[in-house]
Amino acid sequence: MRSFKDGDVIYIEPFRANSFPVIKDLAVDRSAFDRIIQSGGYVSVSTGAAQDANNLPVPKNDADKAFAAATCIGCGACVATCKNASAMLFVSAKVSQLALLPQGKVEATDRVLNMVHQMDLEGFGNCTNTGACEVECPKGISLDNIARMNREYLKASLIKEK
Amino acid sequence: MSVLDSKAPKGELKDKWTYYKDHVNLVNPANKRSIDIIVVGTGLAGSSAAASLAEMGYSVKAFCFQDSARRAHSIAAQGGINAAKNYKNDGDSTFRLFYDTIKGGDYRAREANVHRLAEVSANIIDQCVAQGVPFARDYGGMLDNRSFGGTLVQRTFYAAGQTGQQLLLGAYSAISKEVATGSVKMYSRHEMLDLVIVGDKARGIIARNLITGEIERHSAHAVLLCTGGYGNVFFLSTNAMGSNVTAAWKAYKRGAFFGNPCYTQIHPTCIPVSGDHQSKLTLMSESLRNDGRIWVPKKKEDDMAIREKKKKPTDIKEEDRDYYLERRYPSFGNLVPRDVASRAAKERCDAGFGVNATGEAVYLDFAHNMKYKYGKVEATKKGITNPTEEQLTALGKEVIKEKYGNLFDMYMQITGENPYDTPMMIYPAIHYTMGGLWVDYNLMTTVPGCYALGEANFSDHGANRLGASALMQGLADGYFVIPYTIGEYLANDIRTGKIPINSPEFDAAEKGVKERIEKLLNNKGTKPVDYFHKRLGKVMWDKCGMARNAEGLKQAIEEIKAIRADFWANVRVTGTANEFNQELEKAGRVADFLELGELMAKMLWKEMNHVEVTSVESIKLKKVKLCVMTTNLHTLRHGNLKEMVNL
Repeated sequence: MRSFKDGDVIYIEPFRANSFPVIKDLAVDRSAFDRIIQSGGYVSVSTGAAQDANNLPVPKNDADKAFAAATCIGCGACVATCKNASAMLFVSAKVSQLALLPQGKVEATDRVLNMVHQMDLEGFGNCTNTGACEVECPKGISLDNIARMNREYLKASLIKEK
Repeated sequence: MSVLDSKAPKGELKDKWTYYKDHVNLVNPANKRSIDIIVVGTGLAGSSAAASLAEMGYSVKAFCFQDSARRAHSIAAQGGINAAKNYKNDGDSTFRLFYDTIKGGDYRAREANVHRLAEVSANIIDQCVAQGVPFARDYGGMLDNRSFGGTLVQRTFYAAGQTGQQLLLGAYSAISKEVATGSVKMYSRHEMLDLVIVGDKARGIIARNLITGEIERHSAHAVLLCTGGYGNVFFLSTNAMGSNVTAAWKAYKRGAFFGNPCYTQIHPTCIPVSGDHQSKLTLMSESLRNDGRIWVPKKKEDDMAIREKKKKPTDIKEEDRDYYLERRYPSFGNLVPRDVASRAAKERCDAGFGVNATGEAVYLDFAHNMKYKYGKVEATKKGITNPTEEQLTALGKEVIKEKYGNLFDMYMQITGENPYDTPMMIYPAIHYTMGGLWVDYNLMTTVPGCYALGEANFSDHGANRLGASALMQGLADGYFVIPYTIGEYLANDIRTGKIPINSPEFDAAEKGVKERIEKLLNNKGTKPVDYFHKRLGKVMWDKCGMARNAEGLKQAIEEIKAIRADFWANVRVTGTANEFNQELEKAGRVADFLELGELMAKMLWKEMNHVEVTSVESIKLKKVKLCVMTTNLHTLRHGNLKEMVNL
C-alpha cells in the first residue's frame, strides 16, 4: 500500500473464474482446489507406517526445488489473473513437490493423471504460457513447475497401463 | 463430587506410555466402522487426528470455520518443530527434551504427558518426511536442525521460516486422502456453536453453516476439540483474525474445566505496534534469535537521538550498545526462553531505552553474524584471503537470505525497512495460550467423550511454552496419542449404535444457539463489535498482560464486567441470520471472549493473592471449577506426590 498516494484509485473485485463461484462480496468458493488435492495431491502413507526420516536421503538441490514448489499457499491468485482461468500453476506446484521427492515417486504416474483430470473436471482453463500467474504469485512459484508437470503428464500417459 | 484424576498410568515416567499402550482397550476394526467421531478444527492437531482415526476405520466428521482445512492458523507457525532425534550428535535425548520442556514451563506441566510427547516426537518427523514435507536438508541429503530458545542442543527441524505451513499441508494432504475415500466427511465453513451432552456424555455438536446460516445438528460417540488458543482475547495478537475461544468456551459452559486460563505466552520477537488503527500483529520467528543479537543503546542520549531519527542504529558504536540478554544470561545468551526474553525487553523499555517513537521496541541485529559467523566461512570456502568488511557482509547476506529469506521479506513488506541493512525492531506480543481445557492423560476433558487436543488443552507446556514445541504437541496429540487413548473410551461404546439427533438435548442446545443469534441481531444497538473487542483487549493487555498487580486485576474484573454489559446493551450486528454474515460470526466470538477475559483476570487475581489449593478436600469439583490451581502443580513437583490428588 506504500506505493499508493492519497487520491489514487484502487479497484477491488472478487477473484474471477467460473470455477471459483462468488459466495458474497469478495468471498469466493475455492473448494475446487480441495477436490484437486483429494484426487491425488498426497503420499499414501498411513500414520505409524513411516521409516526413520534419515533413511531416505534427498539431494539438497531436489529438496530445495521441492520446497520452492511447496511454498504455494493455494490462494488462487494464479487462476484469477489468468485469462484462461487456468489452475496449472497451483496443480503443477503440488505435482512438482511430490515428483521431486523420492517419497512421491511411487504414486507419481497416477497422481499427475488424476490431478490433471480433476482440474479439467472443475472447469479450469488450459495454459497458454502467458506467465501472468508467475508474475502474480505471492510466493514466487516458477513456471518451470508447469513445464515439469507437462513432462510428468506426458511420461505418465505413455507408461500408464490401461 | 468427583475429584480430578489425571489417569496417568503407574510406574516410572519413562515406562508409563509403554505400559499404557500395552494395556489400553482396543476396538476391533469391524466395530470401528459403526463409531462416529466429530473433530472440530483442522489445524495440526485436528487434521492429523481426523486422518489417523479415519485410517484406523472410524467414521469421522471434521469441521472448520475456514473455507478449507488448509487455512487453519497452524499454517502461520514459522520456526520449526522439536524432536529428540539427536541427528546432530550433540547429546540430545528423549529425557533432555522432556526435561527442557518441563523446565521451560516452570515445572507446571504434567510430567507424564510431556514425557510421552518427547517419546513420540521422533515419530512425528518420520511421519512428516514420509508424507513429503520438504524439511531443510544439508548437502549430504540428511535433515538439518537449528536451535531454539531454552535449549542447549540443536533439535529443531524446519522448512525455512514456514515450518507450520509445510506441516499443515502435510496433515491436510493426509486428511484429503481420507476425504477422497469417504472416511472423513469434511464440513468447511461450519462453526461449532454448542456441545451437546446426552446423559453425562458429549454426544454431538450444534454447528452453523457459515454460508447459508443454517443451524445443523451432528451427533457422534466422541467429540474432539482441536480448536487452538484464545490469544485474541487481547484483540492484538499474532493469532489469525478468526482464531477464537468459542468451541472451548462452550465446552467449559457445559461442564469441562479450564486449566490455567491466565497462562498466555508473550512472544519476545514481534513487529512492534505502530498505532491504534492496527487489527493484528505479526510474529518474527524465534529462530531469528539464532543469528540475531538483541540490544538497546547504553546511553540515554543515543536513545533519544534514535527516537528523534537524528541517529541510525548503525551509527551507535559497538561499545555503546547494551546486548542485555548476553549480559544477563551468558550461557543462553540471546536464546533464553520466551518469557525471560519478553520480560527483559520490557525491563529495558520501561527503563527508557526503547528504540522507536512509542518507546516500545528493541533491536534484533544480524550484522555481526552476517559478517563474522557466515561471511568468514563463505570467504574461506571461496578461497578469499583477507576479505574486506563489505565482502564479508555480502557473503554472509546470502546465507542469511537462505535461512530466513521469507521472514526478512515479510518484515520489509510490513515496515518498509530493509533488515539486511538495518537491525529489525521487535517487541513482545501475545502469541500462544498454554492454558486451555483441562484434560487427563487420555486427553479427555472432564466431560466424558469430549477431548481437547493441541493448543486447546492445558497439559504440556506449563506456564511457558518453549519454541518449536507447539507444532510438536499438535501433531503428537493427533497422530500418535489420540489414536491410542480414544480406544479406552470407545471400547465401551461399540454396542451403543448411532446417536439420534432428535433427542431433547439436541432440541435444547439448538434452541439456545438460535436464541443467542436472534438476540445479537435484534439488539439494534449503535456500536460495532470491534469497538468492544478493542476495549476488552486494552484492559487485558494493560492489566492482565506482561505486568500484573492485584489492584490492576481487581479493576480489570470490574471493567470487563462493564464492557460485557455494554456489549449486550449496545452492540449492533448488521445483516441477517440466514446468510454469509461475518459480523454475526465475530459478535458471537467476542461475546465469549468477554466471559473468558473475566475468568482470566479472576484467576490471575487469585494467584496474586496466593489463594492456594493445597488439600485434597478443596480440589473437589465445585471449588476448582474455575481453574486447576497451578500452585498445586508446583507443590506436586516439589514433593508430596503421594498425598496429593493425581493432577
